[in-house]
Amino acid sequence: MTLDNKYGVPTVALHTHVFEKVVESVNRVHGMPRAPRAFVPQPVMGKTAEQLRAYIDGKDPLSGRPVMQEVIEGLTQPIDDSGAVNETFVHSATPRVVDADSEENLQQLFLDKNWTDKLPIVLPTEKRVQEMLAHTSHKPDEVVGHMRSTHFRDYWEYTVEKVAVNAVMAGARPEYFPVILALASTGVTARGSTSSSAAAMVVVNGPIRNEIKMNSGTGAMGPFNHANATIGRAYGLLSQNGQGSSVPGVTYMGSQGNNYAYNNVTFAENEERSPWTPFHVEHGFKATDSTVSVFTGCRSTAFTLGVREKYWREHVRSMLRGLDAHSQPTFLLDPITARQFIDRGGFDTKEKLIAWAYENSLMAAKEYWDYQLIQNYILPRATFGEEPYASKLKAAPDEMVHMFKPEEIHVVVVGGETNGYWRIMDCNYQKTVSIDAWR
Amino acid sequence: MEKLSVLNPVGYPPKITPKALAPRLDSLDGKTVYLVDPRFDDSGLFLRQLQRWFADNMPTVKTKFIEMNNVYTKDDPKTWEIIKGDGDAAIVGVGH
Repeated sequence: MTLDNKYGVPTVALHTHVFEKVVESVNRVHGMPRAPRAFVPQPVMGKTAEQLRAYIDGKDPLSGRPVMQEVIEGLTQPIDDSGAVNETFVHSATPRVVDADSEENLQQLFLDKNWTDKLPIVLPTEKRVQEMLAHTSHKPDEVVGHMRSTHFRDYWEYTVEKVAVNAVMAGARPEYFPVILALASTGVTARGSTSSSAAAMVVVNGPIRNEIKMNSGTGAMGPFNHANATIGRAYGLLSQNGQGSSVPGVTYMGSQGNNYAYNNVTFAENEERSPWTPFHVEHGFKATDSTVSVFTGCRSTAFTLGVREKYWREHVRSMLRGLDAHSQPTFLLDPITARQFIDRGGFDTKEKLIAWAYENSLMAAKEYWDYQLIQNYILPRATFGEEPYASKLKAAPDEMVHMFKPEEIHVVVVGGETNGYWRIMDCNYQKTVSIDAWR
Repeated sequence: MEKLSVLNPVGYPPKITPKALAPRLDSLDGKTVYLVDPRFDDSGLFLRQLQRWFADNMPTVKTKFIEMNNVYTKDDPKTWEIIKGDGDAAIVGVGH
C-alpha cells in the first residue's frame, strides 16, 4: 500500500485466500479499500515450484477469475474509488453506554458482539465500574494506552474507564484494578493476531502480590486463585476490546488458537521461596516496588522433573533443543528446582543459569537456518548485516550456532514445592512496569 | 423485566484518512515490473514462478526480482525508492 500511495507505483498485492477478510479490513482502515489484490490458495509454504506455478496459472479461489488476469488488470485498469469514502470511512466515537436491556439479553449481546472470551461475564453496570474506578487515583477519561492486534493495523485508544469496564467483565475485584491498569499501560496486546496462536504471560512481583492474595505457590498457574484468574482474564478482554476486536478470520488469525489465552498464564513470582533476585529487581526496580511483567508469544512448554545428578546437562539441552529456534525460553522453576540448579551447576544467580543455557542451546547452522520462522524473521535481518545474525549466517553448515541470545532467556520462580517439576515456556519478554503508578 | 444499563467495553478507533492510489498504466508492454519478495513462507519461490509466467506469456514485460531489506513487518523505504526510480509497477507477494 505504501508503494502505491506514497511512491506512486501501481501495485498489486498477492495473498493466500484464507486472509481475504484480513486484507479487506486492513485496506479499509488504511484508507484504500479498493487497493488491487488477488488471491492464491493457502498454503504457499512447502509447495514445489510446479505446484506454485499451478497456483499462478490457475484461478483466484475467491473470485473464480484467472489469477494473472486479476494481477494484470490491477496494474492497468482504472480504479473506481467513487463512493468509497462515505460508505467506508465514517467512524463515530464508540458509544459510552449500551442500550438498556435485561441481563439475559445483555449477556447475549456481549457474546454476539464478540466482546467476551465466550465465558459468562459480569455485566459492567455504572455502579460496578465506579467501584473499580475508586481504586485508582487516575481520572476515568485519562488515556491509558494504545493497542493493535498486529503491526499492519492502526492503534486503538482506551481510557481508565474502558479498562475498568473490562476489569468488571472479567470478574476482577476493585483492589486488583491497579494491576490491570498497569497491564493496560504496557500497550502490549494479549490478543495478537499472529497465525502462530500465541498467548501472553504475566508475572507480578512485589508487595501487591500479598496485598491482593495472589498465588505464587501450589497451583499458581492453574485455575485456583481469584486474583490470578481474573487479572489475566481482564488483560485478555481489555486487549481484544481496547484494540477494537479479536475475531477469528478478521482480526485474529491464530490457526489453532491457544488455551493459555483464557487468562494469559498470570501468576506471582514466589519471591519468598526463591533463592535468587526477584524478576522485577533484575529489571531495575526495588524489591519494595510492585510491578507486572508481560511476555508474549507463549506457545510451547517443555517440562521435566528435577535436575538429575548425572545427566542434568543433557536433559536441559534436550528441552532447549525441543523449542523452535525462533523461540525465547523462560525457565519457570519450582523453588525445589531452583535450589537444585544451584546444587548441580553452582548457579547461585539467575544470570549464571541464563549464561549456561545460552552456551548450551546449540544446533548445526544448516538446521538453524532451515527453520521456517528463522527464514521468515531472522534470515532477512542477517542478509542485510544485522548482528549477531550476520555472523551466524557465515557459519559452515555443520558448525554449531547458538539458538538464542542471552538477553532472550529468563528465569522466574513459581510453585509450591509439592515436587520439583519445572518447565521452559517459549515466550518473549516485553517489559516490566510499575503497578504503584496506577494506585 | 428489569432493564440494566451497562457500559461499552470497546476502545476508540483511529481516524481513517482516505488515500489515493497511483494512476494505473495503459499497458504493461515494454514496462518494468518489480516482483517484491517480502521473504515470508517461501514467497521467493512463488515469485520466481511468477517471473517465469511473465517470460512465457508476456515476454515484452521486463520483470525484476527484489527482496525486501528486512522482515516484512518493517517499512522499507530503500527498496521502495529503487522501485520508484527504476520500475513502472510492482507485484508484492505472497504474504498474509
